Amino acid sequence: MGQYLIRRLLIAIPSLLGISIVLFTVLALAPGDPFEELATNPAIPPEVRTALRVKFGLDDPVAVRYVRWITAMAHGDWGFSFVSRVDVDKLILQRLPTTLFVIGSAQILAILIAIPVGVFVATRPYSILDQIANTLAFVGFSLPTFFTGLLFILLFSIYLDWLPFVYRSDLSATGWHWYWEQVRQAIMPVAVLGLFQAATLVRFVRSAVLDVIRLDYVTTARAKGLSERRVVVKHVVRNALIPVVTLVALQMPAIFGGAIITEQIFRIPGIGSLLISSILANDTPVIMAVTFVFACLVVLFNLIADILYGWLDPRITFR
Amino acid sequence: MDEQALRGLIAQVKVGKLSRRAFVQRMVALGLTAPMAGQMLSYCGVAQAKSSFQYKPTKRGGGGALKVLWWQGATLLNPHFAVGTKDQEGSRIFYEPLAGWNADGELVPMLAAEIPSRQNGGLAADGMSVTWKLKQGVKWHDGKPFTADDAVFNWEYASDPATSAVTIGSYKDVKVQKVDDYTIVVRFAKPTPFWADAFVGTRGMLIPKHLFADYKGGKSREAPANLKPVGTGAYKFVDFKPGDIVKGELNPNYHFPNRPYFDTIEMKGGGDAISAARAVLQTAEYDYAWNMQVEDEILKRLEKAGKGMAVITPGSNIEHIQLNNTDPWNEVDGERSSLKSKHPLLTDPAVRQALSMLVDRQSVQDHIYGRTGIATGNFLNNPERFRSKNTKWEFNIEKANQILEAAGWKKGSDGIRAKDGKKLKIAYQTSINTPRQKTQAIVKQACQKAGIEVELKSVVASVFFSSDVANPDTYTKFYCDIQMYTTTMPQADPEVFMNQFTSWEVATKANKWQGRNITRWRNEEYDKTYRTAAAELDPVKRAALFIKMNDLVINNRVVIPVVYRPRVAAISGKLRAELSGWDNDLWNLKDWYREG
Repeated sequence: MGQYLIRRLLIAIPSLLGISIVLFTVLALAPGDPFEELATNPAIPPEVRTALRVKFGLDDPVAVRYVRWITAMAHGDWGFSFVSRVDVDKLILQRLPTTLFVIGSAQILAILIAIPVGVFVATRPYSILDQIANTLAFVGFSLPTFFTGLLFILLFSIYLDWLPFVYRSDLSATGWHWYWEQVRQAIMPVAVLGLFQAATLVRFVRSAVLDVIRLDYVTTARAKGLSERRVVVKHVVRNALIPVVTLVALQMPAIFGGAIITEQIFRIPGIGSLLISSILANDTPVIMAVTFVFACLVVLFNLIADILYGWLDPRITFR
Repeated sequence: MDEQALRGLIAQVKVGKLSRRAFVQRMVALGLTAPMAGQMLSYCGVAQAKSSFQYKPTKRGGGGALKVLWWQGATLLNPHFAVGTKDQEGSRIFYEPLAGWNADGELVPMLAAEIPSRQNGGLAADGMSVTWKLKQGVKWHDGKPFTADDAVFNWEYASDPATSAVTIGSYKDVKVQKVDDYTIVVRFAKPTPFWADAFVGTRGMLIPKHLFADYKGGKSREAPANLKPVGTGAYKFVDFKPGDIVKGELNPNYHFPNRPYFDTIEMKGGGDAISAARAVLQTAEYDYAWNMQVEDEILKRLEKAGKGMAVITPGSNIEHIQLNNTDPWNEVDGERSSLKSKHPLLTDPAVRQALSMLVDRQSVQDHIYGRTGIATGNFLNNPERFRSKNTKWEFNIEKANQILEAAGWKKGSDGIRAKDGKKLKIAYQTSINTPRQKTQAIVKQACQKAGIEVELKSVVASVFFSSDVANPDTYTKFYCDIQMYTTTMPQADPEVFMNQFTSWEVATKANKWQGRNITRWRNEEYDKTYRTAAAELDPVKRAALFIKMNDLVINNRVVIPVVYRPRVAAISGKLRAELSGWDNDLWNLKDWYREG
């Protein structure tokens, strides 16, 4: 197990290096310039821009810049944003809690909906309820989050005027009122992300449970005279959830991706909206850092999924 | 309009026959800026008018929270690094300049005790210096007094190239000296007619010496106060997250009495313009939203909720079409659009004249921009009654056809005109932006009827406006026959703005296309007028020279103005705010209040 972990981590290093090279080259080749705004403002002499480019090392060849970036990164120096001149790690840390809160709540909501519903409809396959759940799930993952987000805003904020649609990272309220405000502003983004995720999960849970429920050991359990409830909860769900758990872990990076758009719509100050604004401003160090964090997350969650799978299913050994 | 006529008008203002505002509007209509008009009046001894904005609250505080929405959030809070207006606005909550510009182009003192003038001895007769008297008893938010040392320090800080401040342009050519604790002198290298640049408006916000002295030059990025501003403004710093939120609270020691009205201020960033408009106009979650780049139709629909309205502030942004004077299609000495070439079609004055008649500005205004883009034939904007008679524009396909016909451009069998074997075919580029594509279509349609074939091209904005030397599609390279975009005039004086038509500013390969003359139009008379204006001390004579330059540009059809674009903000129904097109939106934040 320990050996396996070490091997996997070692394999991750070259793939992360590869990812960073590709990212860096693509960004270097992309059009645009972080000092664009300076160029169109006649009050700022062109020398200022030239001086800034030299100062930030933008005129060096791509390879030199990459080597400089990767060595700094290895020393734990993430560089600083060209736009706000703040250290990149500070910027990311400032925004990470909000993203984790929203994504975490969305994932919990998704699991809370998907598992009971999935299990319930799997025990009654092809019933009316199953059809309804299937249809809703189908609609759910067909609608992109940016569309449902706008729909929610129109309905709950504008027509009904129940919920605010601008998310604020530091609410001025205190005590219970703070929690209430936090819940109110988080409901829409969390629901948008969570329901989308739940739709995918429901179908997966259903088929996983269906696979298991026909197996002989379940029939044996029933034959022993166990109650249906006990059979489902203790015998079926436990085994059916093995692939579901890995799926949840594997999907984490996808949720981070989906959160980028949701964050933009609801003005959530998370790392997704940081990524979008830095792309618009051609702020290379921030784009590199955020995408690199996403890449690390993908690699990490893949590893977690593999390990979880082996841990939950003893038939699989790590070699 | 010449100098004589200008003097006549000023005399009328003096005796009260012409209102001050009408005079300013007239000057703006001639392509001058309101601040320039204001300077002319004060130079000629016309007293400043009382502002029409009334601050009603009678005590400090008690106004609750002020929530403003900037759909591009402030990313840094050091005014000397503030590249875009979003950063300037964020800094303006905490920092103040010596004086700001109001909507009529008058200087309003902030940290200055009075506005320098010839009468009070502030302005030197030779135009070589200006003396500012600073307000006494002003304290920084941390309790330290504000003195002349701070002002001098700001000059040292910004003019040091190692600091790489974006305000360097305003400070590098002047010398600032301390006279006593509350007086400074700004000395110019040459007689300078427009003296109100350093320490004024968007470029004049002052930072405290005691917090920044150790971070001048190369270490400028490391100053902790870059992110935790300590200013003199009406609100004290509370919290800042780059790109997301700026928070401030009432400054109990503020140097203006009974101000500010609000207890806290919160500037939220991020999202998009339309939903920002919704948050103010429809749900009233926020009190104010900046830069509403939203179609007028949508704004009107949102205003129907009755919770707020769109406020339109005249400024000086003009959406215009530039005509290329050089040949963009053939290389001369390895350079396209080279100065050594001549445009095969557009150098014919008849073609230029016909083109300017084929731009249906009224339709562009009516169907595309609405209140947010007003048809213009000059660098003139408002109001209607001053739409200058001799620079009027017209849309007339019939006449365009006649002009082309008379100049020898004959229609071929395919309906496209040709002369000497050259077909009248032009390529028209602009950045990708829905209103611009709609405008392109309107122009193309009219051109077709006149026998001109137009090929439309649109370039992603991030490429079009970039300074990327390797990219052929940037606006400065102008590898196209005609192109359209909005030019902005961020400073109060048109001198820098007008250098975009001088022959030494031409964008070429040699200067990496950093020159500002993009149409590559060169005219000796214009150059001469520009040089004279730059050294002319009498604001009235100078204004006459600028008007002449304007006429040269328009009459030679160097550019075809399309619509004039005022600044648009969304404001809640009860909020009272004095806005100005010549300064930041928050230039007079101290006076903002909510009506009961």
